[in-house]
Amino acid sequence: MPKIFTTIGMYVLLMQKVFSRPQKRKIYWQQLLTEINSLGLESLGIVAFISAFMGAVVAIQTAFNITSPLIPLSMVGFTVRQSVILEFSPTVISLILAGKVGSRIASEIGTMRVTEQIDALEIMGVNSANYLIFPKITALILINPVLIVFSMWMGILGGWFAMVATSLVSTNDFVQGIRVDFQGYTIFYAITKTVFFAYIISSVSGFYGYITNGGALEVGQASTKAVVFSSVIIILFNLVLTQLLLT
Amino acid sequence: MIEARNINKTFGEHHVLKDVTCIFEKGKTNLIIGQSGSGKTVLMKCLVGLFEVDNGMVIYDDRNFTTMNFEQRKTLRQEIGMLFQGGALFDSMNVEENVMFPLNMFTSQPVREKLDRVNFVLNRVNLENVNHLMPSELSGGMRKRVAIARAIAMKPQYLFCDEPNSGLDPHTSGVIDHLIQEITEEYEITTIVNTHDMNSVLSIGDSVAYIYEGKLWWKGNKETILHTDNAELNEFVFGTELTSRLKR
Repeated sequence: MPKIFTTIGMYVLLMQKVFSRPQKRKIYWQQLLTEINSLGLESLGIVAFISAFMGAVVAIQTAFNITSPLIPLSMVGFTVRQSVILEFSPTVISLILAGKVGSRIASEIGTMRVTEQIDALEIMGVNSANYLIFPKITALILINPVLIVFSMWMGILGGWFAMVATSLVSTNDFVQGIRVDFQGYTIFYAITKTVFFAYIISSVSGFYGYITNGGALEVGQASTKAVVFSSVIIILFNLVLTQLLLT
Repeated sequence: MIEARNINKTFGEHHVLKDVTCIFEKGKTNLIIGQSGSGKTVLMKCLVGLFEVDNGMVIYDDRNFTTMNFEQRKTLRQEIGMLFQGGALFDSMNVEENVMFPLNMFTSQPVREKLDRVNFVLNRVNLENVNHLMPSELSGGMRKRVAIARAIAMKPQYLFCDEPNSGLDPHTSGVIDHLIQEITEEYEITTIVNTHDMNSVLSIGDSVAYIYEGKLWWKGNKETILHTDNAELNEFVFGTELTSRLKR
């Protein structure tokens, strides 16, 4: 138990170093753009692929379970929309990004630690925590909402395509289901969750990379810890945020 | 000049540095030697502030580094260059970007001026036409030379070299040693080299401090080291087949 408190204390101290004014604004902007590209835009492919297929599966499962003639077929579109916007895109895609982006951040910073590149930054007088982690946090907070909205589109598109391809539901019924009783607040809820999750992924992974000590084995362990703890914290915060925002 | 005054450092139960007091002179290549695990790397990391000392003082030309706050240390560190064991070049940057990095971070010079400085220091370490190579494309000796170029780009007053010869063949080791000595004399800087390579000791050891079991055991230079009656030092100096044959 005390180890958890030590770890939390170390995390808080590191975040104090991370959230300080960047040394050179120009260099910070350059890094931010690089990180947006490498952490965000390079994830577009996997996000599109998973979202489209998950949307299709949700649509097929819903259509398969509608056996009563009293339930309209537009319910398929409605279910796909609600599940994609409320839970699938913000939470499941964030968990997938915790694996992809989190392990990348932890192993990149961890490798820099064990090869003394972070020591080299410190010797030069650079705040290494701020220089390495801050652009990653801001990049992920900025780009993840874009990825999640893109995921929503792809999920719904996947659901529609599956229905059309299998002729289970017509385009008219599906679109009607998507439009019925739509509340803009659900998008706000999803984006809010995404911003929190983006912070968790980048800061927790950055933390585990930064405190790496040893060699290649420890870098691997740091990467694994980053993914596991990011995922666990996302799941916990998902419950807390849902309780706060939807009730 | 850098002065270490009564430095102590412990890690848990392990007392690594025991009351080390030593002066490292300006314009000289000051060597810290000792067996693996003797505490020489810890001493160097205490000197540059990568480890906090438990007690004692580190003084850079009358400036007490130990009592400085983060901002004061940041300013002083712009006068420090350090060559790490593996070079510690930034993997994501090419040679030019690596050497230009401290200039980008701490100066407002125009790009042309920075580029001139980069090319000057690369020439100084005898490297040409490597500006756009990535660190992974360089040999061990080239990496060390790029690291030296980066370390001197900001015209430092103090140069620290942690095992500059590790992983290099004897000829390249000699080249790196002489480069460090030339730079030290040319720019009148205080250089501290951490090594256990006796070739380096005998060729560039203007001043040599021998660390044994965390204590400063002996201090002298490349001339006196071969004629001491210090048993522990003799064991270290003449511990290899080659040096023991020389003694005979």
